[in-house]
Amino acid sequence: MTAFLLPRKKKTTAGDFGTIIEAGKADQFSLNSVTAFIRGKFYLCRLEDGGFLAVSRKCTHLGCTVPWSDKEKKFVCPCHSSAFDIKGEVISPPAPRALDVYHLYIENNILKVDTGKRTKRSSFNIDQVVYVKKAS
Amino acid sequence: MRREHNPSPKTTGFFHQILRSIFPDPLIPKSDQERRRYLFKNLILHFRPSTVPEKTLKFSLTWGLGGMAALLIILQFGTGLLLKFVYIPIPVSAYTSIQVLQNEVMFGQLIRNVHHWCANFLVLIVFLHMLRVFFTGAFHPPRQFSWIIGLGLFGLVLTANFTGYLLPYDQLAYWAVTISTGMLEYIPAIGNRLQEIIQGGNEIGPATLSIFFAIHTAVVPMGLIILMAFHFWRIRKSGGLVIPRSSEEEIEKKPVRVTTLPHLLLREVVVALVLIAVVMMVSVFFDVSLGDSANPGLSPNPTKAPWYFAGLQEILLHLHPLFSVFIIPLVLVVTLMGIPYLKYDTNTEGIWFASIKGRRMAMIAGLIAIVAAPMGILADEYLIGFAVGLSWIPNFFGNGLIPFAFIFCGCVGFYILIKHRYSATNNEAIQALFVFILVIFLILTVTGTWFRGPGMKLAWPWKL
Repeated sequence: MTAFLLPRKKKTTAGDFGTIIEAGKADQFSLNSVTAFIRGKFYLCRLEDGGFLAVSRKCTHLGCTVPWSDKEKKFVCPCHSSAFDIKGEVISPPAPRALDVYHLYIENNILKVDTGKRTKRSSFNIDQVVYVKKAS
Repeated sequence: MRREHNPSPKTTGFFHQILRSIFPDPLIPKSDQERRRYLFKNLILHFRPSTVPEKTLKFSLTWGLGGMAALLIILQFGTGLLLKFVYIPIPVSAYTSIQVLQNEVMFGQLIRNVHHWCANFLVLIVFLHMLRVFFTGAFHPPRQFSWIIGLGLFGLVLTANFTGYLLPYDQLAYWAVTISTGMLEYIPAIGNRLQEIIQGGNEIGPATLSIFFAIHTAVVPMGLIILMAFHFWRIRKSGGLVIPRSSEEEIEKKPVRVTTLPHLLLREVVVALVLIAVVMMVSVFFDVSLGDSANPGLSPNPTKAPWYFAGLQEILLHLHPLFSVFIIPLVLVVTLMGIPYLKYDTNTEGIWFASIKGRRMAMIAGLIAIVAAPMGILADEYLIGFAVGLSWIPNFFGNGLIPFAFIFCGCVGFYILIKHRYSATNNEAIQALFVFILVIFLILTVTGTWFRGPGMKLAWPWKL
């Protein structure tokens, strides 16, 4: 009977074809900017130091979609007014933890985001940021 | 006497015989004995008692609330059945099917309105019914378990409203349900799994809609039918309703009884007709709107819960989710279920507000809550900012445990104070505490419904 009640198994898993989104070349994104990827349900954030983060658009409080306010330089949730900074860190509650991040990597000089791999995190950590290696 | 109404077959025709086979008894009973018999033999009426204590007919005992709730549920079955023929439980088609219903189906909008307004009335009426039962002490033995079944019915009504909320699949529906199912995540240990089961996956989508449709149109109606039958049966077994009395009067052992037909039935029909008239008026004049089609990329600002969850939403704004979503509702439900099983000093069944003193205490408790609750909301909004001022301690404590402990101690302190101040029985003191919490919850509901603007900031209702 439980078979009727439980959710069907997902057909796609992390790393499969179809969950990876090519974001583009690193120099397409200016410093301290946020770009929305609607199909991938994430924001590509470029920090001031040039590092990249693929941040989930889903508020960690109750799952509303957080819009980026370029004027205030923060994400403000329209549902219960949680706020997050460009790194996804909580500025004001009720959100209990930082926005989730997606697996981001660089292949052939192109930023790619695996939307099948979402990681929960309690707060921002420098290890989460991906940097472009300087071409020497 | 029976022969009069059962003429020999010779004098009756074929169709008359068929009619008799369906209704073997006279359609219009003439004496009291016949009326009792009629009730007993009639398919629809036989679940009613043939006689009822005369004093329970008094309108100000019940305000007709239980009967109204039952009627509203029947209306929901009827209108729901019609809607089911037009509605398509698949995302996007769901939305367009409501458009078709409203624009192309004759009286489609009206039927949707009736279904919507009945659902809202139902929450209100069931809630008032619960208050009536509480304040007339109708939960004392032998009616303890009727209270528990009643709570179950209330739960089902809320479930029906909540699952029905998603079905139009507009922005309002989508985001309200995103938030409510988001709450499940905070239930310890099983939260994530539970959320996945109810959503049928990681987010609101086709699976969620089909699950909600199944709950709304099969699970809830079946549950309602079973629990309603159980509820009515318990009332019968408890000897009908509580008999109203003043605090000096003893509980009557052998009350004067009158026949249900016509005394009770007539009153019920009048209440039913008035209620139907009100529902129809509201449905004719106030159309239910259909917002924009659901858009997972855009949460509207503000995204508000329906009014019956606005109190809960208000708690969500102030406290850490573990407390607002799990601990406080759990404490409330357990307390409500415990009400009939506490050890009371006296049996106050049938006495409004337990006694004259109880009434005065209830009023004072209500007044304190009316002053305290808005002050608390304003203080949390503008002054304290638990989470900000106490940022050196974890959110869980600063925004959760400490305020919760504060509220809890406040309630216990209130109980002890008012019990000693009035040297009251525990019936009266528990009632005062109930009123205190009730009024706070009502104020939270009003605040959440009318005083929250964009960004969930406090705002005046006329500026929303």
